[in-house]
Amino acid sequence: MPDPSKILKAGANRRKIKDHIVAYSFTAPNFIGFGVFTLIPLAFAFILAFYSWNGSPNQEMQFIAFDNFVKLMGDAKFWRALWNTVLYTLGTVPLTMAAALGLAILLNQKVRGRNFFRSVAFFPYVASLVAVAAVWNYLFSPTVGPINNLLHSITGLPFKPPAGGGMSLPRWAADPNPYVVMFTVVFFSVWKNMGYYMVIYLAGLQGISQDLYEAADIDGASKWQKFWKITLPQLSPTTFFVLMILVINSFKVYDIFINIFAGADNQLTDNSRVLVYQIYNTAFRDLKFGYSSAMAMVLFVIVLGITLIQFQGEKKFTA
Amino acid sequence: MAGSPEYAPVGAPKKRFRVSTVLIYVMLIVMAVVMIVPFAWMLSSSLKLNKDVFSFPMEWIPSNPQWSNYIKIWQQIPLLRFIWNTLFLSVVVTFLQVLTSSFAAYAFAKLRFKGRDFLFLAYVATIAVPWQSYMVPQFAMMRSMGLNNTHLAIICLQAFTAFGVFMMRQFFRSVPDELCEAARIDGLSEYGIWARIMVPLSKPAMVTLVIFTFVTTWNDFLGPMIYLTDKNLKTVQIGLRMFISQYSAEYGLIMAASVVALIPVLALFLALQRYFVQGIATSGIKG
Repeated sequence: MPDPSKILKAGANRRKIKDHIVAYSFTAPNFIGFGVFTLIPLAFAFILAFYSWNGSPNQEMQFIAFDNFVKLMGDAKFWRALWNTVLYTLGTVPLTMAAALGLAILLNQKVRGRNFFRSVAFFPYVASLVAVAAVWNYLFSPTVGPINNLLHSITGLPFKPPAGGGMSLPRWAADPNPYVVMFTVVFFSVWKNMGYYMVIYLAGLQGISQDLYEAADIDGASKWQKFWKITLPQLSPTTFFVLMILVINSFKVYDIFINIFAGADNQLTDNSRVLVYQIYNTAFRDLKFGYSSAMAMVLFVIVLGITLIQFQGEKKFTA
Repeated sequence: MAGSPEYAPVGAPKKRFRVSTVLIYVMLIVMAVVMIVPFAWMLSSSLKLNKDVFSFPMEWIPSNPQWSNYIKIWQQIPLLRFIWNTLFLSVVVTFLQVLTSSFAAYAFAKLRFKGRDFLFLAYVATIAVPWQSYMVPQFAMMRSMGLNNTHLAIICLQAFTAFGVFMMRQFFRSVPDELCEAARIDGLSEYGIWARIMVPLSKPAMVTLVIFTFVTTWNDFLGPMIYLTDKNLKTVQIGLRMFISQYSAEYGLIMAASVVALIPVLALFLALQRYFVQGIATSGIKG
């Protein structure tokens, strides 16, 4: 006669195996796709950064250790792209945050047409970038655009710099001054994306307990005092979250720059090249896949660094 | 302003309230104008002749509307093809994303199995990794699999994201375990619990994921730019961009095509607005 406890154990084991198979069948469809199209390419990117490869399946990859990174050190175009990306980040992040917070505060009050205003502020975020960038390029066109024509009729400044030097209207995306160029794209970016961050701020504002404001009212606090002493401190986890997402997204920027600045050839000049453009071009135009991956690692490390700061910060804010 | 309330004239607080209210409306209206003007300009120009688009002072309502622009665009560019391609990609990606993420998320949230935490860590660790940092080797890989210039490439790279799994798992965790236990005792299989309990309960999270995936795929630029060089495969975004650079002086037509490209997203947005806002709010703060 078989030992009953053994049968029970075998049954339990079989059930355990069955449970595992069920669990894996749930994860497998997604994980296989995720593994093949995210994890493997990511690992490949790390390896590729230490190789020289023109991307052709017929050419063998050549191990060159740190040569790509050494070359990166002296690559003026890369540094210019990184600098432009930093400049764009420094412009976009504070302006988007201020606009989003300001709007959220306005639209968190009981105002007529609140939903209309919220939708209007949010819509550019979901609108097709290519379409809205085309409009912006027309609006900000240096000589024929309505913006400069309006400025011309108000200020009387000439469209083109006078021969003897002197003031003229900004040429926006085509201006020789890199800061004017950057301002143009930052303005566009704030306009397009602030609605998204406004919604995050609105959720943050709704999470603040009304008791705090009632207590402040009893103490006779002014609106301004309530903003500085209650709203802002209570919002700091939201602000921190928005800050991180904004910085990361700014470092990943590419499509905005291509659509605002580039012509049919999709090329950017020194004043407008950004990090992801450099990664893209080095691989797909110059056919230097290894070198491009070394640049991609710089992007990876920057974003990783910001994420780690976020984790530290979150601990601080939630503790 | 600093007087104590007892001595303040009766009408004063009310008046101050009114001034600040006016200020709020002024700011909101300025904002709305800045947000809407580009769209209005787009719409207005889409009904003009090229030579009238930049006339100044501009004519907001064209006296001689060129409705023919909206006929010509369908003939000059394969816009219908582009829209169809984008719609196809967005629907397939969204379907796969929501289905596989919620499936995987169920296992991560409610089942115990070996390697669960490790697998989930793989997802969480890559959530912040920018796609742009591995897009080049991903392209080399996809090409060696014969996926270059196929819609399948876009589907593969968009449909299995860490974000989807993470978001669904967070939501599933808020569903009480007792509910699943009770269903198990009633004889439901795990698949049954997923289909009959988790999915119906997580509609808000699923709608959020649907909207996000759909809009992301619809508006994706760099992915289709890398993979879809064949004109017949292009999406609205890169198709429109190609058209803009090809016919750079056809202002009226470009604006008409832009209007058409905006309509599907506008329709989706107006229909599901409430979910957009709720979705960002929940996924943004808790995510």
